[in-house]
Amino acid sequence: MTNQSLQELIGSWSPNLVFTEEGSQYLNVTVPVEELHDIMFKLKHNDQTSFDYLFCLTGVDWGEELGVVYHLESTDFRHSLVVKTQTAERENPVIASVYDIWATAEFHEREVFDFFGIEFTNHPNLKRIFLTDDWDGFPLRKDYEDNINMIIK
Amino acid sequence: MTIALSITKTIHDWLYSIMPETAAMYAEMVLIALVYLGIFAVAGLFLVLLERRVAAWFQLRIGPNRVGFQGLLQTMADAIKLLSKELTGTAKADKFLYNLAPYFVIISSLMALSVFPFTQEFQAFDINIGIFFLIAVSSIGVIGILLGGWSSNNKFAMIGAMRSGVQTISYELSIGLSLLTMVLITGSLQLSEIVEVQKSGWLIVQGHIPAIIAFMIYMIAGTAETNRAPFDMVEAESELGAGFHTEYSGMKFAYFFLAEFINMFIIAAIATTVFFGAWLSPFGITESIPVLGVFWFLLKALILVFLMMWFRWTFPRLRIDQLLTLEWKYLLPLNLANIVIMALLVWHNLTISF
Amino acid sequence: METVTLNSNFKSEEYFINMGPQHPATHGVLRLLLTIDGEIIKKVEPDLGYIHRSIEKMCERDSYQQIVHLTDRMDYLSANINNEAVCLTVENALQLEIPERVKVIRTIIGELTRISSHCLWWGVMGMDVGALTTYFYGFRDRELLNDIFEETCGARLTMNYNVPGGLMFDIHPNFVKRVKDFITHFKTKLPEYDRLLTDNIIFQKRTKGVGILSKEDAISYGASGPVGRASGYSCDVRKHHPYSALDKVTFNEALRTEGDTYARYLVRIKEMWESLSIVEQLIDNIPEGEYRVATKAVIKLPKGEYFQKVETARGELGVYIISTGLKSPYRLKFRSPGFSNLSLLNHIAVGGKIGDLVATMATLDLVIPDIDR
Repeated sequence: MTNQSLQELIGSWSPNLVFTEEGSQYLNVTVPVEELHDIMFKLKHNDQTSFDYLFCLTGVDWGEELGVVYHLESTDFRHSLVVKTQTAERENPVIASVYDIWATAEFHEREVFDFFGIEFTNHPNLKRIFLTDDWDGFPLRKDYEDNINMIIK
Repeated sequence: MTIALSITKTIHDWLYSIMPETAAMYAEMVLIALVYLGIFAVAGLFLVLLERRVAAWFQLRIGPNRVGFQGLLQTMADAIKLLSKELTGTAKADKFLYNLAPYFVIISSLMALSVFPFTQEFQAFDINIGIFFLIAVSSIGVIGILLGGWSSNNKFAMIGAMRSGVQTISYELSIGLSLLTMVLITGSLQLSEIVEVQKSGWLIVQGHIPAIIAFMIYMIAGTAETNRAPFDMVEAESELGAGFHTEYSGMKFAYFFLAEFINMFIIAAIATTVFFGAWLSPFGITESIPVLGVFWFLLKALILVFLMMWFRWTFPRLRIDQLLTLEWKYLLPLNLANIVIMALLVWHNLTISF
Repeated sequence: METVTLNSNFKSEEYFINMGPQHPATHGVLRLLLTIDGEIIKKVEPDLGYIHRSIEKMCERDSYQQIVHLTDRMDYLSANINNEAVCLTVENALQLEIPERVKVIRTIIGELTRISSHCLWWGVMGMDVGALTTYFYGFRDRELLNDIFEETCGARLTMNYNVPGGLMFDIHPNFVKRVKDFITHFKTKLPEYDRLLTDNIIFQKRTKGVGILSKEDAISYGASGPVGRASGYSCDVRKHHPYSALDKVTFNEALRTEGDTYARYLVRIKEMWESLSIVEQLIDNIPEGEYRVATKAVIKLPKGEYFQKVETARGELGVYIISTGLKSPYRLKFRSPGFSNLSLLNHIAVGGKIGDLVATMATLDLVIPDIDR
């Protein structure tokens, strides 16, 4: 499916989605946090989109918000999509987990939790993956300070 | 053999002349035991070095060749290093059994070594139940393994010992039955009788097809008996733990290690005696020089040892359940069928003899 | 497997074993927490982070040329391909016109790197199942490739030959001849590998039917590379999103459907043959031209998001750069193939034996620095 038809189909599922193709080689859609799980579920199980391959799950600190970027691809139709979501609550960010839709999300969401502190609901085993369990802070956030380990030029 | 005969004869006469009879008998036995201990130690040292050079040859490298001429003193150096190691032991290990376990394997290997006919007159112990004795004595070695694993008070060592014990016990059946197949031709269990029968052709030629099958089964079972690859899941490096000798270090570890190599030599020596004519030369070419029998015996045994080393460095490992399946579902029925075929062959005089 | 319950008071114990981080079979610093019941594995939980060097955080501070140097410490067995990934992302973002010569050389070196990585994998695979000699044979062939790389790229392991804009130096005059000699030599060695391991009945019994991964699970767990292809999932980035000179060569994708350890093994052997064929097609016709396009000393990517996928020896490596126009990326994420491949270990190892776990892990071909970054 072309980006145009994808935009029409997905746009029909919810009025709160924002589409853009500017500054990226894929079609980007920004989804509000509350609707994330529903939209993701439909993206995988709808016969025309059939996005069954989640190939990249990235946490981003946008400055004021913390967000997650999902790169999806369909193995049947070979079209790709980028789904973005963000939350403005930096103290206690919560996003729905997509582990039940794509099993690869289990490790990737643990990594995002480890580095950004975003909690994913319904995750089977949400704990730090790379850093030790008693590490203080979330290193990939922009306001993370560590005078010992970080060398700022 | 006249040279050796005169040495033994001179020592025998000298001993009897300086001591009363019973004391001389005991002194003679102690001397023979010491000679065999010496053979055991030297054979062990040499075999370890041979294994390392053969492994290096397969792996496109050289192997130890610095310590002594072509590395001949390498194992001595390793043994001296092992002597100087701290003897660790777990706190709750059963001290007596823990220390006793290595001796079982050494004693069983030594006892087995004593019955081999290295040449015409060079046999320490020629009893009329030779083969039966050999098999019985090799079974004693299992006790050492099980004791070692259990008395270490270590979960993994005990599991390793159990696995190793079950493997050894299973494959002993195959060894016994394949040797039994050859006894059907000779009609006697005594080792010197077996060699006598082979003067009209080695047993593997006399028995042709069933003998070759018996030999192949024997080699597979023999390799499994000594826990060597491809049957070394028990002590494999890429698995968990180091098997039953996890808690042993220093000289005690060296005992287990050495005993494994001597066991390998014993398996090869039994095969040489029963299948390939012990010290008899092929086509009787050096029949007139009996002392060369030692050379032929060692040559044949070392070729078989080389074959076992070849197995180790080529094949992947079998999983423990595949190992046991191989024995109980494949080798054992094959063995039994083979005995029947051999019996028919002997009954109808279809064996080849020269 | 049936479980026999004797009476209600008799329960077999599950106990807990730690494998690693120093263990001959885990290929690096990986700690696996195994819960086993006798010989059967109930649960595998990997513990990561032993070689985590916060590469992604460092990339937020470094310039793009410096980032290239960090990438070959991640998956050091496919170092050239990792470098190529970042260089391609930067070049696509800047919309640079890369000369044909550069593309062809990059592809040749990438495929040689893939062969080198698979040689090491084959050696280690044999060693893990017990055939200890294969390690030396795999390394013997890898050494020839390392010598070629040393002559042209300057290093044996962390080559850093690709820079944004092209290559760091032109190829050495001996390069073409040495590569052709290597191809002739290696074509006689691959059948030897087959005789030693592939056709060995013990090896087949250890690997057939072990660690089966279905196609749906492969896609859901994000498996890529040979792991995915052995389950029937056609995921070769060189076919679906070709880069450099890969659209000019013809090669077959190594696909199998069984999804067990033996299938993964066969897929990698086939890949070695295919890589040899790609190099053969390109080595005689390297076009003349520049080996580097000039870029500014300080590279700044225009504002936006850029994603580039490449096929390393392990699978699909993705480089995702979010740039705000400064000299360092705002966020750089490496989508590592090993990370997704490791997540399916629990799924395929449960219910098997410990010996099977070792064989399965060898075919997943994990390089832990790639996972930990």
